[in-house]
Amino acid sequence: MREKEKDGLLNDHDHDGIDRRGFLRCMAWAGTGVLCVLQGGVLKSYALSTMSGSESGSGSALPAAGELSFVQISDSHMGFNKAANPDVAATLKAAIDKVNGLAVPPEFMLHTGDISHLSKPEEFDTVDQILKGSSAKDVFFVPGEHDVLNDEGKQYLERYGKGAKGAGWYSFDKRGVHFVGLVNVLNLKAGGLGTLGQEQLDWLKADVKHLKHSTPIVVFAHIPLWSIYPAWGWGTEDSSQALAYLKRFGSVTVLNGHIHQTMQKIEGRVTFHTAASTAFPQPQPGQADSPGPMKVPAEKLRSLLGITDVRYVRGQHTLAIVDSSLA
Amino acid sequence: MKRIVSIGAVLVACLVGLVGLGAEPGAITASSEAKRDTVDVKIDNFTFGPQELSVPVGTTVTWTNRDDIPHTVVSTDKVFKSKVLDTDETFSFTFDKAGTYPYFCSIHPKMTGKVVVQ
Repeated sequence: MREKEKDGLLNDHDHDGIDRRGFLRCMAWAGTGVLCVLQGGVLKSYALSTMSGSESGSGSALPAAGELSFVQISDSHMGFNKAANPDVAATLKAAIDKVNGLAVPPEFMLHTGDISHLSKPEEFDTVDQILKGSSAKDVFFVPGEHDVLNDEGKQYLERYGKGAKGAGWYSFDKRGVHFVGLVNVLNLKAGGLGTLGQEQLDWLKADVKHLKHSTPIVVFAHIPLWSIYPAWGWGTEDSSQALAYLKRFGSVTVLNGHIHQTMQKIEGRVTFHTAASTAFPQPQPGQADSPGPMKVPAEKLRSLLGITDVRYVRGQHTLAIVDSSLA
Repeated sequence: MKRIVSIGAVLVACLVGLVGLGAEPGAITASSEAKRDTVDVKIDNFTFGPQELSVPVGTTVTWTNRDDIPHTVVSTDKVFKSKVLDTDETFSFTFDKAGTYPYFCSIHPKMTGKVVVQ
């Protein structure tokens, strides 16, 4: 039986500010309906139904209007047209409609890769066109393995890599949050996983070296930077080195795509999150022979695709991550 | 009489064959009757089938992608490299030299295969 404590905290039976059942719900991450916020190092969950329409809501414990609000979308696979989703342009448009319907408009979007399906120019053009319809002013990209076919990523770099280093890694700052886009889909070795490579790792080390440890860090890359399911290539072989460079920071959020389903893990001060695809779902680890497109009844498709809304409130060193499906 | 004619016919055929071969650059077979063998590898469900293939020198291997997701065929030792293969697209390579040729899909590197040429 849930008791609604003061501050909107659910299940704070020990009165220590730790919402244990809420914590477990955050871990299970059933999808929409629960907002998990890490405040002062303590994970609190709020039922979205207790939040009023406006972001400031009850004012006290609920997050105030985010000072920084952005959206993560991923795996649009423009050009895919098989049974799992014959119209990926329509579902990407639906995702943008969802973005445009958010209570707090995002300042920008992160696209965590597999923008196109076959690295064809017209596929990139179509995505660019659809994204223009979003309320977000800018979109920041990192490539997926489907974006760097045939030319080692040359076309990707020309389109999306202005100002980036190497194969397209870069960083930028927004309202005191430091964003780092990494590329882990090139120079893949037979039998291997995603890879960052020494040049990029050296760049990352230098890039964050002089930041205060209180600076919230958001890292985004296509293939997960944590080991989700190596048998299916769902991991990055040298990500532990990257994470070591971020160990001293008070808040690190890692946003990935590639696996076409939402997954979240919190390890110390690092929150790992993977987004759903806007194109087609993939099976859960080990639940199928291979990680390919998962066919579901047409009426179920949009419930397995989605966007991720991320909010940062200054002074909290926290990012609230909310996944929502297209249906 | 017939036997002489038939032997003669065979000799002539061989000579014609050899001359024909001589005019053809890059021919490697000794007999005009030898055919280039083609062996198929099917790509499906993130797997190369058969994953390990043994073929004689001179065989052309043709990979066909039957999966609903694109794949590539890339030699680990940079001997051959396909463009991206969407569903039903193919890539062929003729193995002129004996050896072991491990390869993988550069999009999904966990997919590996091997051609052993003897």
